Amino acid sequence: MSLLKYESQLREPLVDGDKDYHQVTEDICRPIEARPTMLWYIGFTISVLLLLFGIYSVYREVTYGTGEWNLNKTVGWGWDITNFVWWIGIGHAGTLISAILLLFRQGWRTGVNRAAEAMTIFAVICAAQFPLFHMGRVWMFFFVMPYPNSRGPVWPNFASPLMWDVFAVSTYFTVSLLFWYSGLLPDLATLRDRARTKFRKMFYGFTSFGWSGSTKHWQRHESLSLVLAGISTPLVLSVHTIVSFDFATSVVPGWHTTIFPPYFVAGAIFSGFAMVQSLLIITRKVLNLEDYITVGHIEAMNKVIVLTGSIVGCAYLTELFVAWYGQNQYEWWAFRQNRLNLFSPYGWAYYGMMFCNVVSPQLFWSRKLRRNIAFTFFMSVLINVGMWFERFVIIVTSIYREYLPSAWSTYYSPTIWEVGFYLGTFGLFFTCYFLFAKFFPVIAVAEIKAILKTSGENYKAKMTETEKMDADKFYIEEVERAH
Amino acid sequence: MSVKKFVVGCFDDEKVLFPAIKNVRRAGYKIHDVYTPFPVHGLDHALGIRETSLHAAGFIFGITGTATALGFMGWIFTSDWPMDIGGKPHFPLPAFIPITFETTVLFASVGMVLTFCYLCQMMPGVKKHHFHLRATDDLFVMVIECTEKANETEVTSFLQNNGAIEINVQEAETGWWFGRYDKQQKLYRHEEVGY
Repeated sequence: MSLLKYESQLREPLVDGDKDYHQVTEDICRPIEARPTMLWYIGFTISVLLLLFGIYSVYREVTYGTGEWNLNKTVGWGWDITNFVWWIGIGHAGTLISAILLLFRQGWRTGVNRAAEAMTIFAVICAAQFPLFHMGRVWMFFFVMPYPNSRGPVWPNFASPLMWDVFAVSTYFTVSLLFWYSGLLPDLATLRDRARTKFRKMFYGFTSFGWSGSTKHWQRHESLSLVLAGISTPLVLSVHTIVSFDFATSVVPGWHTTIFPPYFVAGAIFSGFAMVQSLLIITRKVLNLEDYITVGHIEAMNKVIVLTGSIVGCAYLTELFVAWYGQNQYEWWAFRQNRLNLFSPYGWAYYGMMFCNVVSPQLFWSRKLRRNIAFTFFMSVLINVGMWFERFVIIVTSIYREYLPSAWSTYYSPTIWEVGFYLGTFGLFFTCYFLFAKFFPVIAVAEIKAILKTSGENYKAKMTETEKMDADKFYIEEVERAH
Repeated sequence: MSVKKFVVGCFDDEKVLFPAIKNVRRAGYKIHDVYTPFPVHGLDHALGIRETSLHAAGFIFGITGTATALGFMGWIFTSDWPMDIGGKPHFPLPAFIPITFETTVLFASVGMVLTFCYLCQMMPGVKKHHFHLRATDDLFVMVIECTEKANETEVTSFLQNNGAIEINVQEAETGWWFGRYDKQQKLYRHEEVGY
């Protein structure tokens, strides 16, 4: 008996319905091969319009400078850096699902990893726009790259956190892209071999790199995925750690905090999972993929949300306690006056953040709510709003009233062009996502097939008593051998 | 390269495939390759293919990255253009760790993916001979090379007896992309366990 892997009957099936290998291919490839629906066209048009608005907003900024965003000497990092941290945080869930859950051998990742990784890549692209255009003279951006130049050569300062960020974000983008694309190759080959039209044959023939499914290739592919997962795991933790260093290595009260790295990483995963939920709840409905992204998947992600949300809540309280206990009057001022005080100019942002990120996710302790799709969708949006508030609170409330009262800013609020830039990145993100959902399989076909016979509903149900006993025996023997 | 003749047998269940592989190898036929729609665990062992050493390449690329980053930053800060930043040391190792780490990861992953593509002869636009279109959908396709020891009628009937649902004979040119994994295969040994 060629038993691939034993999975307990107590575990919920990961693939619902009566499926075989061919049916899996059919279900996932059909939306790609069919004409796009009306809903797709509407969504795509809205995204492109938002993107165009964003491009116009960026044009204004490039022409007139960052003053066009209402930034001033005191609040030099406003919405744009808030949005940068927000987007880069969203990207982290994709890598967590594809890398960390791969190392932990979590079967449920197979249903959601492809879309989550795509989300990572698009989110990082969006994030990168903000520091780029925040430079003011975006055409000079290559000055941050260490290349031999005719100015000395003058090199960038490698001991600066902002330089670390350049390396971290560009490495993160490259590695995520490689990881995602190497996983896509077998599925693109599936599409190539199903292709009927000439364009499709050419397109998927080109993009699948001539994948054949040879045993040796699979062996190398598995090794590649495992090692990429292994190095992506510290990478994803490092990226948001380095983003937090942008703040933590400064001497600004409210930023100069050693708790930032773990707190930022937990927050990143928290917001990223919320974004995955928002995207997948819509995707599974529109593309009829409810059998592959089941309520069980949604529940599993909600468990991660309640865990990371609680870590974030803990970090907020620790930070607050230490600000008081540390006896540094500037630090305590930043917390007591600029944040805790509801009637201070940005008090609303602090309490909004507390409500969305700490209080509301606690509802997910209830199994019924975790498995409620409409409620999950609502919560996922709420959490992303909350996480945006978090970054806004950290950035703006720390700097708008710093050491010298003479430098205190008047109330900073963004202009329409700064908001437009943010909306434009939404346009970019969703334009990319719509194109991805149209031309690429949103679920990893090969990976679903690999778990189908152990975790498919019909296979679990069909397993006879003797097979179950065999499986148990096999499992026990395996465990004994391992010891 | 020369054109060779292959017998292509398709299986639709891995429970049939594994005993069939064992029988084919026992009978002394040369399995060119088995094409599967997903990674079937244990198939490489069943075929007697050795473990890949791709991860070793990854390690070498990784330490190359580490050395490059540390060497480059050290050279710039101590010799090429030493800068006085707040009186801090010229070789601040802790401050170099983030970039060193990122470069290590970057080199390791880019290098591994390129090595993977090179070893599997994969590139955008490469055209290969695919023995069966359903090998990427739902069939496990076993390809046996016809030699003087194995003529096609004999192999065909052998595969038929071992549960192949579809068998045909194809001629394919062994090009630069073709790979010679059959050379890695060891002969079947009786003490082999499993499957």
